[in-house]
Amino acid sequence: MTETATHTTTAFTPPTRFAVPGRIEVAGEVAARWQPATLTEIRRETPRASTFRLAVPGWAGHLPGQHLMLRLTAEDGYTAQRHYSLASAPDDSGHVELTLDHVADGEVSGWFHRVARPGDRVEVRGPLSGFFAWPGDRPALLLGAGSGVVPLMSMVRHHRARRLSVPLRMLVSARGPEDLIYARELGPETTPVFTRTAPAGTPVGRLAAAHLAPLLSEPPAGGWEAYVCGSNSFAEHASRLLVAAGQPVDRIRIERFG
Amino acid sequence: MNTTRGFTGRARTARPGLPPGQYDAGDDWPVLSAEVTPDLTPADWTFRVGGLVAEPRTWDWADAHRMPASAYEGDIHCVTGWSKFGVRFAGVSLDAFLAAAGPLPSATHAVAYAHTGYTANLPLADLTGGRAWIVWEYDGRPLTPEHGGPARLVVPHLYFWKSVKWVAGLELLDHDEPGFWERNGYHPRGNPFEEQRYSGD
Repeated sequence: MTETATHTTTAFTPPTRFAVPGRIEVAGEVAARWQPATLTEIRRETPRASTFRLAVPGWAGHLPGQHLMLRLTAEDGYTAQRHYSLASAPDDSGHVELTLDHVADGEVSGWFHRVARPGDRVEVRGPLSGFFAWPGDRPALLLGAGSGVVPLMSMVRHHRARRLSVPLRMLVSARGPEDLIYARELGPETTPVFTRTAPAGTPVGRLAAAHLAPLLSEPPAGGWEAYVCGSNSFAEHASRLLVAAGQPVDRIRIERFG
Repeated sequence: MNTTRGFTGRARTARPGLPPGQYDAGDDWPVLSAEVTPDLTPADWTFRVGGLVAEPRTWDWADAHRMPASAYEGDIHCVTGWSKFGVRFAGVSLDAFLAAAGPLPSATHAVAYAHTGYTANLPLADLTGGRAWIVWEYDGRPLTPEHGGPARLVVPHLYFWKSVKWVAGLELLDHDEPGFWERNGYHPRGNPFEEQRYSGD
């Protein structure tokens, strides 16, 4: 599908404007191709999550918030494929990074956490989907939980690498400090929320209206573009808090695990 | 073939009916809507069939429930990779709604749209012949809001992004017009058995 058909008829518009239109055009022919990727580095992030750096010579570049599809192939030709968010900011290094939770019985993540070592080869296709992408244009309010921080971290890294002046804030929920992915990298743009255990002096509890109120009572010029990523229960909770705090539904993008 | 060192994968018990590249989600039913789940009650819900039809029609909750009941029992397949076997949806066959509105001979495609404004495009042939439903029950219970309740479209032979949640209507057209995900890089038709995930597949 590289051709764009033109119609003389007027495009149909539903009575309700869709909440969240895509942000970018996606080049289908690029995403359609499986490409070899070589694992070059593994970094432990938390007891349950590690970052895997892949050299992808044919990588076409991506925007923060996009994901890829990754495929493993067994000797007998059996394959397993999964979608993973890109953790790294776009750059010209010819590498991308993924941060994967070690899922119990995870067929693909289990291989990464138990077997993988630098030099191993896998296949990827992407980048995929423009819906959750953040090109770095609008003020970004990022809400993540657990490994839902991964695509949001790509945005934070992009913001830093390009020294963007557009406002960006991140609220990230973790069970405790030891489960906070990228803890060493988080800066003043980020507020961690700890749900089970927290350092002395830091409250324990769920993401709440009080976390959002200061950000949404005085939004930046043009308003926030909100990006929510995590489990479905977190996504439901966080998106309801955003709506209750006055964030327009058509400026809330949600990526749920699954 | 690019084999992955040390990767064996799950036991090769792939069940019949599992499309290529999919895995069996078992009892899980992941929720994957891109937008905020709307507060939509049965009293607020309507379903319209318009566009290239003899007579545009709109049904409310009670009207729709007076239509002949129909159920789907079978499998569903999500483009993110999971398939779910033996699900049970109950509602009304889309054929009944279409028959009431009377598609014109020029109608070849449809845009299905949600009360949130989400859209998906489908060839009319994929919506007729007992292959598509408007449903309000899952496994004998009311469909929950996060799964598209009070009512959603179900087109189980295509990837599930086509099965529009919180369905508000169908607009019949004489051409194909990409919906939300189709404009975001997804395949125009989305047949899981041909693994039509993304544009170009």
